[in-house]
Amino acid sequence: MSDLFTVAIITATLASGIRLAVPFLLASLGEAVGQRAGVLNLGVEGVMLIGAYAAYYTSLESGSAAFGLLMGLVVGFAMGLVYAFITVVMHAEQGISGIGIYLFGLGFTDLLFQKQVGTPKKANKLEVKPPDWLVENTGRAGELLFSHTVLIYVAFLLVPIVYWLMTKTTFGLNVRAVGENPQAADTLGVSVNGVRTAAILFGNTMAGLAGAALALEIGFFQQNLTAGRGFIAIALVYFGAWRPVGVMSGALLFGIVSSTVVTLQVHGVISGSVSSIAHMAPAVLTVIVLVVVSRRIGQPAALTKPFTRDG
Amino acid sequence: MSSDLAAPMPVLRPMLEMRGITKRFPGVVANEDIDFTVLPGRVHTLLGENGAGKSTLVKILYGLHQPDKGEISFDGSPVSIGSPSAAIRTGIGMIHQHFMLVDTLTVAENVALGLGKPLSITNLGPIRRRIREVAEEFGLHVDPDAYIWQMAVGERQRAEIIKALYRNVRLLVLDEPTAVLTPPEVTDLFATLRQLTADGRGLVFISHKLNEVMEISDEITVLRDGKVSGHTTPAESTRESLAMMMVGRPVEFTRTLSEQALGEPKLEVRNLRVRGDRGELALHGVNIDVRAGEIVGIVGVSGNGQRELAEGIVGLREIESGEIALNGKLVRTPTPKQVRSMGLAYVPEERMKYGSIGEFTVAENLVLVDHDRPPIVRSGLLSLSSIDKRSKQLVSDYSIRTPNTSTLTRKLSGGNIQKVVIAREFSGNAEMLLVAQPTRGIDIGAAEYIHEQLLIQRSQGKAILLISEDLDEVMALSDRLVVMYEGSIMGRISREEATIEQVGLLMSGVGEPEGAAAG
Repeated sequence: MSDLFTVAIITATLASGIRLAVPFLLASLGEAVGQRAGVLNLGVEGVMLIGAYAAYYTSLESGSAAFGLLMGLVVGFAMGLVYAFITVVMHAEQGISGIGIYLFGLGFTDLLFQKQVGTPKKANKLEVKPPDWLVENTGRAGELLFSHTVLIYVAFLLVPIVYWLMTKTTFGLNVRAVGENPQAADTLGVSVNGVRTAAILFGNTMAGLAGAALALEIGFFQQNLTAGRGFIAIALVYFGAWRPVGVMSGALLFGIVSSTVVTLQVHGVISGSVSSIAHMAPAVLTVIVLVVVSRRIGQPAALTKPFTRDG
Repeated sequence: MSSDLAAPMPVLRPMLEMRGITKRFPGVVANEDIDFTVLPGRVHTLLGENGAGKSTLVKILYGLHQPDKGEISFDGSPVSIGSPSAAIRTGIGMIHQHFMLVDTLTVAENVALGLGKPLSITNLGPIRRRIREVAEEFGLHVDPDAYIWQMAVGERQRAEIIKALYRNVRLLVLDEPTAVLTPPEVTDLFATLRQLTADGRGLVFISHKLNEVMEISDEITVLRDGKVSGHTTPAESTRESLAMMMVGRPVEFTRTLSEQALGEPKLEVRNLRVRGDRGELALHGVNIDVRAGEIVGIVGVSGNGQRELAEGIVGLREIESGEIALNGKLVRTPTPKQVRSMGLAYVPEERMKYGSIGEFTVAENLVLVDHDRPPIVRSGLLSLSSIDKRSKQLVSDYSIRTPNTSTLTRKLSGGNIQKVVIAREFSGNAEMLLVAQPTRGIDIGAAEYIHEQLLIQRSQGKAILLISEDLDEVMALSDRLVVMYEGSIMGRISREEATIEQVGLLMSGVGEPEGAAAG
């Protein structure tokens, strides 16, 4: 057991945790922006699946993982248009609409996978990485920081970018106002529907990207590939109190817990039914986090409330 | 009439003219052929009961409703106002009763909203400077960097006014601006309003507090049932004549309380400490006694612990420490059911949220407190015939205007819903009445009726604790006044000694709060 705590194993576990955090981080950052504008999207999971399948299939057919990544973004954006139409234009109840989007994504990607691919095939992975010399010359820290694909750096770079967007720009001010008191924003000439649509498009594009990241990391797709990550991403928005840095902390926590479970299993510390139970750790953690963080400090006041100008 | 007013400046061109405004909603004509004019530098008050059409008219002015008929011109040229932002562009601003401020943003951020291009970087520096200038000019003191949620109500109102002035509005509509203010704050607000008119801006003032209307207005237009029922000036009118125009019949303002001997202490509260919604201590050791045959009035600006006091006594809110005795018996941890069984009836402050169930019929709401015992229940089942009999009796006793007893309660007017609640609570055998905000937002006629009922209950020897933000109401009805501020009692004054000025000062926290140890 003691040889588990070698620097090598710990480093590898942390590095893997950072990798696993990425889909959570991308999806949660997007969802956080959407929720700050007052729109809850329970369909993150479905959009991730659609993004994942689009990225996988494009990569499989074209041989280009980068092109696959782009398709992930495009279908995410398209799903954003659909969700904005449902919730902003039609004022539909957000919780139920999101569940509809999830079920659609789950069923539709499975159908397409069966019809278009059938037997599982390997697609190209996204393997753009920092140059090797960077890892070779920086030792353990290098392994931890520079051994990942480019998407991981993009994901973490988005944290300060989203923070800046939300706190320093007019768009961010509008988003915060619209999620808190849309009537007030409306009277000042801020387009509530416009701002909410923009926030939804951003959130869904990020969810599409998160799905693509997941599929292109392994070059593979299967039914329900995301396995609840989209729902955990929503929980992380609450955990992170709607703030980019908080969301990032939550994503890292989940990534590292997941990678620790794998490490323990690989090294035979846990096996059989114990390891099956251990694999529930992230889910159990989600429940605990939601109970503990259920005070909802900082929740946008107009979250889930459709906006109409009835005065 | 307006020519008399304009005597110093003979030719005042109207700033705003609304002509022949008609607006229908399904089943009602909210505004019928209304003319309304505001001159620059003048305060024109809109007076009327709830439902008389004031808010429809100002919503049309502010672009929230479109009129079916009629025209609006501003500075002599016709305008069409399609949205609030169009109203602001025209030069019309509005201070809503429920402020249009984003609580989680600062004052400067609220002012900045809607000013920048969507993809620009927010630069608050110049906005802060301009806010300070406007604040200086009109005596509106606010810190541009304070968050709205941290600010007191009066400050929020100043922020709201600054927001409008920053956008250079020339006509400002103020919807019941004094409802949330203490008397000294009202004085400050009026000083600001006078500066605004001196600056040549026009003001539309909406209020139902006749004293204030008489003080601040240059012109008064009274609406009743969607039509203009009178147009006058303070010089030509009295409180009574204005009320007459509002209601269509004479209204009683002053009340004399019959002399009667006080009975035993019925409701006793000792060192009560209760927490508010956010977990903060909302009551800091409050002591109150109510004896049989008296009305004790609790006054204070909204949010100074009155709601927590009522909810603590009736067991809707956990008490931190302190004692409550009803009829001389100590209640350790009150629950609503236990408190009621000990003889306390409760009229909660929000009739639709706590006082009644909108989706229930009038009959069902009228028996809600004894729907679990005879005669309403017979052999374990609701007796529909007793419910019917009881509710018909109460509807006629309390002159509740409803098509019949099986009408859904939410379909009644506010005043009649409140009468349903009052009928249910006053008709039982309760010896103590806890009555919160009994006339908030209801028409003068119903309010007058409820005041009479309260005095009848008093003369029957009930112990009544009346909690109200309407200072006139409490002063007219109470034998004794208890003033609350920030969860403590600031003073106790007898009916004879109470003056508006003194109560106003106490309400705004001037003086020493009673310590927890005091009796």
